[in-house]
Amino acid sequence: MIRFDHVTKTYPRSTRPALFDVSITIDRGEFVFIVGPSGSGKSTVLRLALREEQATSGAVLVAGQDLGRLPLRKVPRLRRDIGTVFQDFRLLGNKNVFQNVAFALQVLGKSGHYIRQVVPETLELVGLDGKAKRMPHELSGGEQQRVAIARAVVNRPSILLCDEPTGNLDPAISLDIVHLLDRINQTGTTIVMATHDDDIVNDMRRRVVELSDGVVVRDEEDSLYLPKGDVG
Amino acid sequence: MLGEVGNGLRRNLSMAISVVLVTMVSMYLLGLGLLAQRQADTMKGYWYDRVQVSVYLCNDNPTQPNCQGKAATDQQKATIKGQLQQLPEVKAVFYESEQEAFDRFKEQFRNSPVVSNNLKVGDIPDSFRVQLKDPSKFAVVTSQFEGAPGVASVQDQEKVLKPFFRVINLVTLFAVLLAALMVACSALLIMTTVRQVAFARRREIGIMRLVGASNATIRTPFIVETVLSGLLGAVLAVGLLWATVHFLFNRLLSQILYDRALIGDTDVWFVAPWMVAVVVVVAVVTSMLTLWRYLRV
Repeated sequence: MIRFDHVTKTYPRSTRPALFDVSITIDRGEFVFIVGPSGSGKSTVLRLALREEQATSGAVLVAGQDLGRLPLRKVPRLRRDIGTVFQDFRLLGNKNVFQNVAFALQVLGKSGHYIRQVVPETLELVGLDGKAKRMPHELSGGEQQRVAIARAVVNRPSILLCDEPTGNLDPAISLDIVHLLDRINQTGTTIVMATHDDDIVNDMRRRVVELSDGVVVRDEEDSLYLPKGDVG
Repeated sequence: MLGEVGNGLRRNLSMAISVVLVTMVSMYLLGLGLLAQRQADTMKGYWYDRVQVSVYLCNDNPTQPNCQGKAATDQQKATIKGQLQQLPEVKAVFYESEQEAFDRFKEQFRNSPVVSNNLKVGDIPDSFRVQLKDPSKFAVVTSQFEGAPGVASVQDQEKVLKPFFRVINLVTLFAVLLAALMVACSALLIMTTVRQVAFARRREIGIMRLVGASNATIRTPFIVETVLSGLLGAVLAVGLLWATVHFLFNRLLSQILYDRALIGDTDVWFVAPWMVAVVVVVAVVTSMLTLWRYLRV
């Protein structure tokens, strides 16, 4: 589903590469944590997969497309197949919950009939049924992130990219959010989540890719935040 | 958060108003430039219709050497008239006697008795007044009749009008240049406005790009907005222009000048589509260029 093949990314006006010779293969339906300290290159991996940036060298393949060869006009089509969730929710403050989720479908030109059918279903999936008319500022942080997740998955993408989705939430709420992501994963959606929340990673026991200074230092199935055997 | 939205709206409203106003002023000036052009054309046509080549004939006390001190005979006059009428460039030929020339001069200078009182019949020789199909072809008449027997001199009024036309053309050119400068100004302002509006909506735009909205979906609202405010400005400019022409030119100036060589309301309607077309092109092109740079994927 997502493949990084010897990818190096150097940002302009920077001498040190943000990613160096990174190779990762993520299959359809996987749930992968990308962990590492700030500046280790987690966000760069997600930005490359979204084609917000292009690799300096190496190939990035997403949903069967070689992003290095994808013409700019086809980028929107690629992004319709990728949902994205961020630490800061990125909701529109002047729209209520329903409108925020519906916005993602409206700008794709979906019919009002379809929107009125799909949005309530999605809100129910993320546990927000009954809160469609609320404004974002009336919701808790966890609820706002559920709205953002609803917006990310309402178009049924095959991939969901999450950049520190629990970074602004307290531990209990964070676990709820990750369990919601797990439910979405069980419907077949590939999930890539960048995080440095050790509790969550340890609780979920999924594949963990650890980055350090732009290099993959660990890639293990059913793993923990810290390497197995490295206690402390 | 609501405050920010309100603030953004107010800012956009004031920017939209400034686009409308600058478009209005620049299109008004452009319209004035175009109308000045049409005014010049109207005047040229008016004067050209009256431009005549005068073939002055020798009279009883000629000063020109060609006359050899004698008046033109009736036979010479008849020959000249016949030759004039045969020229394909000539539309009409009139004979003006000394008495008629004297009367016309008296009438034209009735307000300056010093000039007209000193004139007597015979000071202005009789002449053939030749109207040409194309007034600029006067050289044909000049070359053929200058120095012919019985002809004192050939005078072309186009020569007299030329400096006057040159001034009109210069004024028109200046007006059009000024208008072009104003069009450039409004293009720059539209550019800034579009950028400002795009900045105020960066959250929406960010989300639209994230969920894979096509570039057309993202750009169309901006283009429609700028075109609409530009059109509003253009309509206001046309109204202003109409008022200028209708009240200033047709009511005021025509009373002073007693002249029909002035542009009228119809000229405004002729210029209006050009103004609207310029606005639409400028609005679409500048907002496309701005967004292309601002909203790169």
